[in-house]
Amino acid sequence: MDWKQLWQILSAPDNIPIVAMIPLLAFYIFLAWRQAHANDVLIEQLAGDPALAKTHHRKAWPFKPGWQKEVHVWPFLLRVEFLAAIIVTIILMVWSITLNAPLEEPANPNLTMNPAKAPWYFLGLQEMLVYFDPWIAGVVMPTLIIIGLMVIPYIDTNPLGCGYYTWKQRKFAIGTFLFGFIILWVSMIFIGTFIRGPGWQWFWPGQTWDHNRLIYEVNRDLPDIFGITSNWAKGVFGAIVVGGYFTLGGLAVNAFFRRHNAKDFKRMSLLQYSIMMTFFLTMVALPIKMGLRLLFHIKYVWITPWFNV
Amino acid sequence: MAEENKGNGNNGKSVGLLDRVKTGVKEDLASLTTDLPAKAKEQVEILKKPTKTQLFTSIFRHKHDDTPRNRALGVLSNVFLHLHPAKINRDAVRYSYTWGMGGITFYLFFVLTLTGVLLMFYYHPSKVQAFRDVLYLEHDVPYGKLLRNMHRWAAHLMVIAVELHMFRVFLTGSYKKPREFNWTVGVILLVLTLLLSFTGYLLPDDQLGFWAVTVGTNMARATPLLGHEGPFGSQLGMTPYNDVRFGLLGGSIVDANALLRSYIWHCIGIPIIASVFMILHFWRVRKDGGISGPAPVVLDSEIKEAKK
Repeated sequence: MDWKQLWQILSAPDNIPIVAMIPLLAFYIFLAWRQAHANDVLIEQLAGDPALAKTHHRKAWPFKPGWQKEVHVWPFLLRVEFLAAIIVTIILMVWSITLNAPLEEPANPNLTMNPAKAPWYFLGLQEMLVYFDPWIAGVVMPTLIIIGLMVIPYIDTNPLGCGYYTWKQRKFAIGTFLFGFIILWVSMIFIGTFIRGPGWQWFWPGQTWDHNRLIYEVNRDLPDIFGITSNWAKGVFGAIVVGGYFTLGGLAVNAFFRRHNAKDFKRMSLLQYSIMMTFFLTMVALPIKMGLRLLFHIKYVWITPWFNV
Repeated sequence: MAEENKGNGNNGKSVGLLDRVKTGVKEDLASLTTDLPAKAKEQVEILKKPTKTQLFTSIFRHKHDDTPRNRALGVLSNVFLHLHPAKINRDAVRYSYTWGMGGITFYLFFVLTLTGVLLMFYYHPSKVQAFRDVLYLEHDVPYGKLLRNMHRWAAHLMVIAVELHMFRVFLTGSYKKPREFNWTVGVILLVLTLLLSFTGYLLPDDQLGFWAVTVGTNMARATPLLGHEGPFGSQLGMTPYNDVRFGLLGGSIVDANALLRSYIWHCIGIPIIASVFMILHFWRVRKDGGISGPAPVVLDSEIKEAKK
């Protein structure tokens, strides 16, 4: 256990934000879960008692009769905002006094940094470079993430859970978002920050960064395993595998969605449904490709003269 | 007397003028001792109530006694506060619902603008001076180190705050009708925040920024169709000297032009674009009916399915 190495990584000034973000995220997930749970209990209670549902104020937070429903922004909101500004300022001040912004040697194109890491918030994408070619990891994926986020309101047809925390009314939406945000975004950043060392090799926390370490990894392509040698056949084979994934995966998700999300399925138009499917399957393809690479040393699935997937 | 008569009847006048000057001066002197003290007394009385002065009432247009009307006017008649409505749902001020992350993000943008403008006074975006300017800032400028640290950490904190804000908005389903469009504006603002942070990374012109931006922009080489290493790029005539990466960097390597471009994007281009989208974002929050909740829970059995 190399504590010095671990400390060096954890205390690198630019890694502090992600070190700070983990407990922050944990705290806010707890806060959200607590409210979601309270609302879910209330929803269940009201669903089982229609008479109560008609008269209940319908908030988990106690609301006492006689209380005004509305309050003045001044002072009741502005004081919270003012307080938040002061607290953030104090945090920033203390942080800026105690910790210096990093400044390395002057830029030198002849001396490559190893590892050369992007800012922490892009390390998830840089980690994806291990599993995908740069045109996917660096261009297509960010574009899909942005478009995928933007279409969420237009493909989520579930009218429930607007304006309150809940889990039981929106299991699919929240589960998918948590998967994308926590597993695919935050934990990839975590790996990129704390696990990846020189040569972008895998070093467990506390393992000494060995700049001379070599890993003899023989990566194969999926067509090789099936003994396909001709370039034409490789292209066609890959297209079949990728197409097959989307077809079979689509059928599987469809079977699940129709049964467990029947109301949403009914509400969604064909366009909404196919957009949701495309983004969902593309997202799930990431860990599948990672698994293929890490467990079976498979580099490419689909090989063509112009691009490889 | 002969001399006095020379004036063709002007004698009386000139004597009158002298007299009048005399009496006038006397009056003035007398008023100095009576009117001015009276005015001074009056002035003191006015100054005792500064809120009644013309200066004050021209700036602040309503009274400040603690009445419901004045509380509302305090928000509505203030250009900086009138983003808020006068009254809001009492639960909407609960921190555990909103986490305050949107407001904190905006506040951090404000902090970054202030510290950023101050940093610009000490920085030249040129290869010769950029790194030296940062050293100068850290070692010679009073509070320069604090300034740079604050700008850096506020930027990181802003990325965290933006992500948490999006997380909260998703978990509360606040992107649902009628706020769909504002969510997409928010996604654009998230991207702009990341770009702001990323363009700032190169500016110290040190190894960290240089290689981070090199790694980042190398990806642009692989852009499909538009990058020289991307799918179908070479077939479309893309080379390192005309592809999208060249356009981003103003060259085929990260050098002086890249530094200048990222400086201008960082200090002028993206902040202006982000400000426009922020105006839109805040305005839509109001127009879409304020923040989404905490709303009363809705039961599944109460949803009326639209007829198709």
